Amino acid sequence: MTDDMAAIFREELRDLLESLERGLLDLKARPDDMGLVNQVFRDLHTVKGSGAMFGFTDLAAFIHEFETGFDRIRSGAIPVGAEIVRLALAAKDEIPGLVDGLPDPDGRRPAILAALRGLMTGVAPAVEVEAVMAGSDAATAEGRRLLFRLIGPSLAMGARPEIVLDELRGLGATDIQADITEVPSLDRLDSEQCHIGWTMTVPAEVTEAQVEEVFLFTDAEWTLASHAADDMGARADAVEAVVTEAVIETLAAVPMAAPSAAAKPIASREDRGETPAPQAGATIRVPAERLDALMDAVGELVIVEARLTELARQNRDPALMTTAEQITRLAAGLRDATMTMRMVPLRSLVGRFRRLVLDLSDSLGKPIEFAVLGEDTELDKTVIEKLADPLVHILRNAIDHGMETQDERAASDKGRMGLIELSAQHAGAEVLIRVRDDGRGINPDRIRAKAVAQGMISADAQLTENQIFALIFEPGFSTAEAVTELSGRGVGMDVVRRTIESLRGSIEVESKLGQGTSVTLRLPLTLAIIEGLLIEVAGERYTLPMASVQEIVELPADKVMPKRSGDFLDIRGRFVPFLRLRTLFEGAGEAPAEQNVVIVMSGENRVGIVVDRIIGTNQTVIKQMSKLHAGVRAVSGATILGDGSVALILDVAHLVSMGRVPGEPNPATREVAA
Amino acid sequence: MNIQDLRPEKHLTVVTLALGTQTLAVPAGMLREILDPLPVTRVPGAGAFVPGVVNVRGSVVPLADLKQALSIPDEGHDHRQRIMVLEVQLLGEAATVAIQADAVHEVTTIDTAVIEALPTTAHAWPPEFLTGLYRGSAGFVLLPNLTQIFSTLATRPQAAAL
Repeated sequence: MTDDMAAIFREELRDLLESLERGLLDLKARPDDMGLVNQVFRDLHTVKGSGAMFGFTDLAAFIHEFETGFDRIRSGAIPVGAEIVRLALAAKDEIPGLVDGLPDPDGRRPAILAALRGLMTGVAPAVEVEAVMAGSDAATAEGRRLLFRLIGPSLAMGARPEIVLDELRGLGATDIQADITEVPSLDRLDSEQCHIGWTMTVPAEVTEAQVEEVFLFTDAEWTLASHAADDMGARADAVEAVVTEAVIETLAAVPMAAPSAAAKPIASREDRGETPAPQAGATIRVPAERLDALMDAVGELVIVEARLTELARQNRDPALMTTAEQITRLAAGLRDATMTMRMVPLRSLVGRFRRLVLDLSDSLGKPIEFAVLGEDTELDKTVIEKLADPLVHILRNAIDHGMETQDERAASDKGRMGLIELSAQHAGAEVLIRVRDDGRGINPDRIRAKAVAQGMISADAQLTENQIFALIFEPGFSTAEAVTELSGRGVGMDVVRRTIESLRGSIEVESKLGQGTSVTLRLPLTLAIIEGLLIEVAGERYTLPMASVQEIVELPADKVMPKRSGDFLDIRGRFVPFLRLRTLFEGAGEAPAEQNVVIVMSGENRVGIVVDRIIGTNQTVIKQMSKLHAGVRAVSGATILGDGSVALILDVAHLVSMGRVPGEPNPATREVAA
Repeated sequence: MNIQDLRPEKHLTVVTLALGTQTLAVPAGMLREILDPLPVTRVPGAGAFVPGVVNVRGSVVPLADLKQALSIPDEGHDHRQRIMVLEVQLLGEAATVAIQADAVHEVTTIDTAVIEALPTTAHAWPPEFLTGLYRGSAGFVLLPNLTQIFSTLATRPQAAAL
């Protein structure tokens, strides 16, 4: 096996395990859903099958027992229980270790299998006995006829029919005959295929499961039937219930001498047709690095395109300008296509959250219903990757601290079952991700008292409820008694906020005491390229993300001269604070007579930004700022303009927060609002 | 890089540059390229040590003024001014930074034995920012401890307002 193939398998395995985990978790909630049982069975089967094909025999053997177990659930022999789901989840966690060949020093794997067998035998013995009884009844002492045939390019894959035959002899097979009716003439002989089939008589006490064991690592079709022809129909049903991976046909239905070689592979493919395989033709897998490289190249292209447009404009050559326009259009199309490729649905994260909620709910003894809305909402893959940890943290907080115990809930007229809802939705160029719980809520008075005690705000600071909640994101806030309230374990919500802000997003908390808390993350759709509004202040150019720009107005004549305090604009009857970028950035020179105000919005808040001149909109390839500039919070990144110079991208959320508390001299409050 | 770290190597290849009237030497291994002056974009609120950024072949690279970090008086600059692009360790990660040089002189190999630790008294340079010095053909040549300088710049508190 080459490394490439192993890589493909691992790739497939990751998806399969995700699907498996999702299926198991759903199954726990809806144990009667046979569709889910089938899905889990299929996933197990595919893991086993591909594992065996790629040489992971330990894995295949390990999964085999679970597959058998779920097959029994499928046939209704045993019901779905919480215990088998728990075991299957534990087994699923072992799979990556098995694939990587990691040892199992604690003996977890044997323990899981032992527990599984216990479950199976605990419920199933009656069925087992029945099956054996039925078998001996119908087949009498004569035994049953077994037919098998290797399918596909089995010889090329290294199948060894003689070993299979030896194993069957070990089961007591006698009267072994080769069936050479399928062997074609020499010129059509395919050396990769095994054209010979075999028939034999196996003792009546040999079960289907034992035969299946023999064919575990061999792609084969086999049928097991008794000699008694009038018994055929009934037997076929019984066999089908147990053996589903091979094509089932009774000897009566298809004469042994004429098993159509062409029909069989098709049938077998149909049988597996419910696996994700049919999508393979429409989708291709690309390593993430290649997409990153493509995105980088597109980013460079957009910069060069801006340069070309600039040159064409100066040159005034109509032919050049037309070409530049075409390039612009093509570059925009390429950019959109590339960004779409990088979009990943939130669903890829949700599996792990369900697991987290399930585990926490079990270990804390708080029954919780976990609802997910909008899991198809897509975000740039970089954003999704970085989102996992903050969301885990938020969910953990919600369950650990936000959610009451069962008793408390009962006392406060709430349902015994707590609700945690994770929702995602698009809102313009942003995605809103919200974690809502119906727990005890946050008490603003306690947060406030805590912040005053820690000297973060002055005792008489005027703060809105939102500003108070924002305090929990301050470094060092999550200590001592706050542990019982919302955050915990020292590493606090400040880490969450930092991560979200590094994604150019923002975070907000709303809470109603006694009714619950909701934490909302606002995230940009992409990190790579945005539409920007290029502005100029004191001869320097800056870019504002277009998505945050609400409108542009002229600075009224009576506002040109800065006042000492209370600079507000009246935008259709609403007061909007504004910032003078020239003053803020200590720009040189005098402001021009006519200035513009760009009204930007972040969250629910607006602020006006006074600039000298609006230059226009442009495609902005976002470049990260160096760590040497990490402390400059008014700047979220930089971009390269058509003339090769660098323009800084302004952090709207930070600017808005600066405008939110106008004339407030207390820097702590300003910090809080951020 | 400390002076002890240099000792095991017998020779060190350095690039010498001028900052004001002072000559400095930077290990040649750190140097990525030397560029003619570029348009510098000021970063408001970033302070005097790393006042701006430049476009180095499509990357946005911070431009540091080592004169500020090493307390070397500014004597103005002329046509010999260059930008040196360096690969440094910044808080444990490789990073590209640019520094202003009033002139770039030469690439030369020095004997590590001639590098001396800084005298403990009577000099204006911040001791933690210098690896050592040696006597060149035209006076003292300083070996700045670039890893230390940039890591300090990256972690120092910045203006709270911006």
